[in-house]
Order: sequence, then C-alpha cells, then structure tokens
Amino acid sequence: MSGFKKLHALLAGAFLALSPASASEPDPQNWDMVLAEAKGQEVFWHAWGGSENINAYIAWVGEEVESRFGVTLTQVKISETANVVARVLAEKEVGRTENGAVDLVWINGENFAAMKRQGLLLSSPWSTFLPNYQLTDFENKAVLTSDFTEPVDGLESPWGTAQLTFYYDSASSAFVDGVPPASLDDLEKWIEANPGRFTYAAPPNFIGTTFLKQVLYGLVDDISVLRQPADKETFDLVTAPLWAWLDRVQPNLWRSGQVFAADTTNLKTLLSDNEIDISMTFNPGEASSAVFEGLLPQTTRSFVMDYGSVGNAHFVAIPFNANAKAGAMIVANFLMSPEAQARKSNEEIWGDPTVLAFEKLNAEQLSYFDSMASGEATLGIEEAGATLSEPDAFWSDALDAEWLRRYGAGN
Amino acid sequence: MAGIKKLPLPSQLGLVPILVLILLLVPIGASIITLIGSATNWHGLAGVFSIDGSSFSAVLAAPGFAKSLALSFWIGLFTPIIALLVVMLFIASFNNSGGFVWVWAVMKPVLAVPHAAAAFGLLFLIAPSGFLVRLVSPEISGFLRPPDWLIVNDPAGISFALALVVKEIPFLFFVTMAALPQVDLRRTKIVAGLGYGQVWGWLVAIFPAIYLQIRLPLFAVIAFATSTVDVALVIGPVTPPPLSVQILRWMNDPDLAKRSIAAAGAIIQVGITLSALLVWWLGEHLVMALARMAALRGWRFRADLFVRIFGATLMAISVGLVVLGIALLVLWSFAGVWRFPSSLPEVWTFKTWFSQMPNLLETGWRATKIALVSSGLSLVLVLASLENEYRSNIQITRIAWWIIFIPLLIPQIAFVGGLSVLFLKLGIDGTLWAVIMVHMIFVFPYVYLTLADPWNAFDTRYLNVARTLGKSDNRNFWYVRLPILLAPVLAAFALGFAVSIAQYLPTLLIGAGRQPTISTEAIALASGGNRRLIGTYAIVQTMLPFIFFALASLIPKIAWSNRQALQATRAGK
Repeated sequence: MSGFKKLHALLAGAFLALSPASASEPDPQNWDMVLAEAKGQEVFWHAWGGSENINAYIAWVGEEVESRFGVTLTQVKISETANVVARVLAEKEVGRTENGAVDLVWINGENFAAMKRQGLLLSSPWSTFLPNYQLTDFENKAVLTSDFTEPVDGLESPWGTAQLTFYYDSASSAFVDGVPPASLDDLEKWIEANPGRFTYAAPPNFIGTTFLKQVLYGLVDDISVLRQPADKETFDLVTAPLWAWLDRVQPNLWRSGQVFAADTTNLKTLLSDNEIDISMTFNPGEASSAVFEGLLPQTTRSFVMDYGSVGNAHFVAIPFNANAKAGAMIVANFLMSPEAQARKSNEEIWGDPTVLAFEKLNAEQLSYFDSMASGEATLGIEEAGATLSEPDAFWSDALDAEWLRRYGAGN
Repeated sequence: MAGIKKLPLPSQLGLVPILVLILLLVPIGASIITLIGSATNWHGLAGVFSIDGSSFSAVLAAPGFAKSLALSFWIGLFTPIIALLVVMLFIASFNNSGGFVWVWAVMKPVLAVPHAAAAFGLLFLIAPSGFLVRLVSPEISGFLRPPDWLIVNDPAGISFALALVVKEIPFLFFVTMAALPQVDLRRTKIVAGLGYGQVWGWLVAIFPAIYLQIRLPLFAVIAFATSTVDVALVIGPVTPPPLSVQILRWMNDPDLAKRSIAAAGAIIQVGITLSALLVWWLGEHLVMALARMAALRGWRFRADLFVRIFGATLMAISVGLVVLGIALLVLWSFAGVWRFPSSLPEVWTFKTWFSQMPNLLETGWRATKIALVSSGLSLVLVLASLENEYRSNIQITRIAWWIIFIPLLIPQIAFVGGLSVLFLKLGIDGTLWAVIMVHMIFVFPYVYLTLADPWNAFDTRYLNVARTLGKSDNRNFWYVRLPILLAPVLAAFALGFAVSIAQYLPTLLIGAGRQPTISTEAIALASGGNRRLIGTYAIVQTMLPFIFFALASLIPKIAWSNRQALQATRAGK
C-alpha cells in the first residue's frame, strides 16, 4: 500500500474508533441529551389500529408526550405489523438510511426476529438503558428478555404482557351451568355439540397463529422440540395431531370454516352479535373492558386452557433509519412509566397487563395502580394458570404457511 | 367541429395534450416496467442480466390460485352483464315516461356513494346478523341467534358480485344518459310503427348506437370488477380471496421473495383483465349475430309487459339496496347497543361521533384536500385539452380515447403496486403531492368522459358570433363557453371529486400509510366488524362527494335562475 493510502486507512480507522457505533443514534445513557434532541420531533408510531380502546390510549400518550416533552406523536394505523417490516426492508433495499417512514413500531415475535436478523433495528442496545426500564420485572418475567426465544438484547422496549384468554357469556344456554370447555377434548366436544358457534382468526393474523400454537402445546408430547426450528419431517410429525384436531372440528366451525374471523376485534364483535359463543384475545382484561363499554353482557367470564396458556410480551422497537430516534426513545420510556402502565392496565381504558414489578415501585408510583379494580370477567392470578412460553419464531411462520395451504384456500 | 386536418399550434395550449400523455402514459409505462423487472427477478442495475420465471411458478403454485383466478374472471364478466341488462331494460321500458327525470334525480346520489360504502351498507343489510334477518326475527323466523348462513364473504363471491352490480348500475345509467342525446330518438317511433314491442324496439333501434359510446366505460367496469381490492376486502370471499387481494398480501409480506411473487401475480392479473375483455369482445360478436338473426326473422317481441316490470323491479331493488344500506350506516353510527334480533337500536348515542370526530375531521379533510386538487387540476387539463381540440380543429381519435382510458383498464393493484416501488426509489412516496398526482391519473379519464359530450354538443356558433364582435379566443372561452357549460363542468368536477374520495389503493400504497384518508380508514375498520365505527366513517365517506354533487346541481340553478335556456341542458347532467 502506498504511503498516502496507509495514512488514509489509519485516519479512517481512528475516526471510526472515536465515533460512537452510529453517529446518528442517541445514547439513552445520556438522558438529558436525548430529552433535548427529542424536543420538537415528530414521531410516527406504526401500531395496530384495529381496536378503538388502544387507539384512544395511544392518543392519550400523544397528548402526554406533547405536553411533557414536546414530542409530537402520530399513530400510523396498520393492520399487519408484517407490512411495517416489509416497508423498512424496502427502504433499506433502496438505500434509505435516514428519514425512514417508521420511527417506532409496536412489535413482537416473528416480526421482531425478522427485523433483528435483517439488521433493520438500531445497531446497539438502547431499551435496557432507558430510565424506566429498571422498574420492569425483567428479572422474573422471561418474556421481557426473550421474545419467542429470540433474545431481546435491548433492541426493543417492553410495553405489555399478553396471555391467550378465552371469554364467553356464562348465562348462555350453550354452557351447562355456565362451565366453559377448558380442555382440548372438552372444547372439541363442545364444538361438535354446538356447530357454527366457534371460530378463530385466520392465520397469519396474530391471534390465529397463537391459537394454533395453543392447540399444538396441548397435543404435542415433548414441548422442548418447539424451542428450536425444525426440518420438514420433524415439523410434519410434530404438527400431525394439530391438523388432525383442526380437521375434526372444521365442519362444525362458524360458517363451516369457509370464513374465519379477521382479528381480535372481529372476534369480539362476533361474540357481541351472538354469532359465536366463545371468543379469544391476548388481553386478559379485554372481556371486562368490553363489559364496561356495554358491548358484552355482565355475565361475561374468561377462561384459559387447563394445561397452560400461551403467553408473551409485546414491545416497541426503533428501526435503523428512523427519523426521530430520540423522540421515539422518549415515547418508549414514557410507555414504561408507572402512570402510563397503570392507565393501560385499567380495564375501563384498555386492560393490558403491566410489565412493571410492583416491588420496585415507590408509594407514589404504586398509587397510580390503586384505584383499579378488576372486572368480574377478568381471571385472578391463580385462575390464570401457567404461562406457556412462545415457541421459536420458526414455528409461527411454518404453522401459518401450512394452515393457509390446508384451510386458507377453500379445500 | 368536423375538421380533421391538424393546423399549426401557436399557443401554449398545444402543450396540453403532451402534458396529458405524460401524465397518463409515463407512470403506467414506468410501473409496468418496474413490475416486469421485479417479477422476472431482473437485477439490471447490478449488471446481472438474468430473468427467471420462478416467481410466476410460485404464483401458480400458491394455495387456492386456481379458485382466485376463476373468481376474478367470473365476477369480472358476470357483473357487467347483469348491470348492462338491467340498465338497458329499464331505459328501454321507461325512456318516454314522465317519471324518468325523477329516477335520474334519485340515481345521482347513488352514483355519489363510494363503492366501499355501498358494500358496507349491503353487508349490514344482508348479513345473517344484518337488518333483513333482524326484521323477521324472532317473530317470523324463530331466530334468537343469528343463523349460521354463509351469505357475505361466501367463497363463490355472490354477495361480492351483488355489491359490485348495485354500483355499476348507476354508473352505466349515467354514461348511457350522457350518450342518449347523440342518438336520434325518433327511431323509436319508426320501430313502433313497424310493430315492434317497446323494449325490443328500443334495443334494436337505439341500443347499438348507444353501445358504441358506452363501450369504453363498460370496459372500465370490467377491469374494475376483475381487479378491485377495496370491495373485495369488505364483502368478498376469504378462502381464497380474489387474486387482487392475494397480490396485496404478497406485496406487504416481509419476506423479500414474496415481493417478486406479488409482481408476477400483478402481471397475471393484467392478463386476467385482458382475457375478460377479450371474452367480452367475443360475446359482442355473438350478441350481434343473434340480434341480426332475430331482426332478419322479424321477431317483434310485442308482449313485453313482464319484461318491463322485471326491468323496473330490478332497478328499484338495486337502488333500494344502496339507499337502505346507507340508511343502515346512519343508524349504526348512532347506535349504542343494538343486539340481535332487535330491528332498531336499543340504545341511541352520540358517543361514536364524538370520540371519532378528531380523526374523522383529520382524515376527511385530507381526503377533501386531495380530491379538490386532483379533480381541480384534472378539470383544468380536460378543459385545456378540449379547448385545444376546438382551436386546432383536431378531432380526437379513437386511439386517443383508448389512451385516456388506459388507467382505468389496467388493474389498480398492478399499476399502483409498480408505481409505489418506483416512488420509494425516488424518495417521493408518502408525500401528499405524490398521492394527488396518482389520483389525477384516475380522475382525469372520468372528468374527460363526463365533459366530452356536453362540450361537443355546444353550439360553436356562439363563439363565431363572439369573434365577429372582435373578442379573442381566450375571452370567449371564459365569458361565453364556460358560463354556458357551467352545469356539465361542475358535474364533471363533482364526479372527479367522488372518484378521488373513493380511492383506496393509491392512497394506501403511494401514501405509505402517511396520508390516511377517510376511505383508507373505513376499509381498515372493515376487518374488525365494529359496525358503529364503520357506519360513522362510511357516512362521512359518502357525504363528502354528495355535497359536491348537490352543489353541482344547485349552483347552475342559482347562477342562471334568470336564464331559462341554461336551466336544463339535456346532455351530461
């Protein structure tokens, strides 16, 4: 190498060594600088917009971050988080490394894994350095650090936890003594006895995929096989009982399985319309929320499967090319604050469970949670049963594809 | 004017046709090239020139592809046939009756209703938990819970077809009424004198001439029916969905490989549309042969009372479905608790309107801004083109007509899909002006279509008189032609406005989620099934174009209240 080129390489190396990992990424450990940088920024938060409760909550968050931190929050309502991943990926493809359309995205699971593996997130960990992260229950709740077995690595910030919960009208004549079918066998028998009164959301919608995983958990012999990806033969072998179960209930589903529900809101509407008798959701507080709204009768109750319930956490993440990274961090931090978390878990507003650890909160922070009482339709901690952790992200995609092949094409 | 020779064009007006060509053809050409490149995995920029058909085979191998294809095809052919039949039967039966003007008055608001809103209304009406079943429950039907009937979202697409037909009928009615003044209606008296029945006589004497004029709009209807996405999302089949919906899903998949599969699917969609048009063209010849045979054999079909009543009933049902659907949307927007089997809401509330007002205002205002600009600019372009035709003595050729209609003949999912990728590369996606520009591509043909006939029917001798009085061409345009043509111009603007408001796919894809309009919000709510919300948004979506249609009727009446001859011009109203 010539002398000039050596000097050039040396200078470049020195420059790289001195600058932070990415010059444009705010450092959350220097929170004052983040606050200063965020002032006046506009954050475009791409979040699922299919539930009015959640949209209203996000609007409240917008008002708060505007008045407290000077950050303008705009919710971009999306129907599938996969679309956002596709968007950021497309931007990366055409070389847009700044001013991306997405500043913050509500995400978890296979979408997070996709973004992480394709390098679509910030280059260094940030969420674990946010001030409010210390209040979360990350030591005890594995779902906050391992997202569908993919390590979070500080690349997404926890927002809420979820557990697959079913709910129904206990006063309906479809349930003997108001007792719901809490095991897979009972559920299968119930569907047969009540044709056209049960459905699930069509995968790849999130709750549909979760339902498949829930049933798979109940039928598989050794659940450790779900902790890692599998090849085709293993997949077919492991999921054979699942397809057999679905085949058996298919003719007795709502609309004979020719039409499926679209998402959790659609399932709630179907139950409210008395088209189906059992609905399902991620949000254990959703049933109470709906009762409070007047959408469902007071006799609505929740239940979970007796062998455990698929549980996970949901997060917010910042893409690598976000325009308002500092503002996004401010929003992510605010979402974890006791005040925002308490309002979120208030069933009159949303009912989504909190990620915070109550032991870590001081008296003032705890007081936000005081005024809330759980509705009758929400299960207590003991009744909520064991949490089944999410399988590897491979299983979500593989189950979706196979389901579409078998049931999504009107076969 | 019948002059065909092209004179030299001194004014800037001559640039307008070039501008129009650029507006219409360049985006289409660019997007098709992008699509083909994506579908064949052509990485030309990387210097690797290779194409492969793997994406196409992936599309063919997709689950349910054959059914999706068949669905798009049969819907695309069936709905225009039905719509055309109903419209022709109706006009044939009642053209001479006095109540016709009244029917025309009812038809215009129905025309203003966006496709998606009409589909929502129909959904609330005919669903098993919908209004019609509630009316008869539980007294007559004995239903305490909604029956498990597969009516909406049925795999065969019948409810989907119905939702399309009820909107195609007013549109075809509208274009037929625009075409009628070109035909000498005295022919009906001749055939009546020859002993033909009223309906058959009209079909023999008038229909062929009309058909030539409505052919292109009819092709646009076929193209729309084969490739619509928004109506399919509301009321179409789900397992499997029509091909256009499937393409949208592939387009939004984070898996990179699916993007080229989407492009391949879009090209196949274009193929489906073209095939449907080809089958229609063959059908035309078949019908011509049959009609010729019937004419030569002298079949008179005098006993057509049943046919006339049938035509009137079908038309009434079609209009009634839309009107009733809209009424239901209004009811649902004010409904608090409305559980099956109540026929009317048990609890009424303003809560939905109050809670949604900020978002309704924001998205409604954005939609209005986009529609005002795109329709306004399109109107300017159309007027400039037409005036240029007049001044240069050009008669617009058949080819030019086809070029104007190309945006309506290419499936939106294919065209806008390719365009959105292009805009992303250019970095202009997500901006308001990008959305307006793409809207203009679809608004321009409709505005031109609405304005062309009244423009040509204008008696240019007025302009000659003005010229002899020493006034310039420009002045005559503003002070003579435009005031006389005020009603058709406003009607064209209103139609362009309605077309822009209803646009879903262009706003969604080109706007990249940053430009939510009332239509994108309404369709996004469709999957949740929350009827209160859907009703509220669909009502606003309907009211916006309706306001402008009403203004388009009122303003000329007020402006020319003291000009009798300008009151009710036949053409284009």
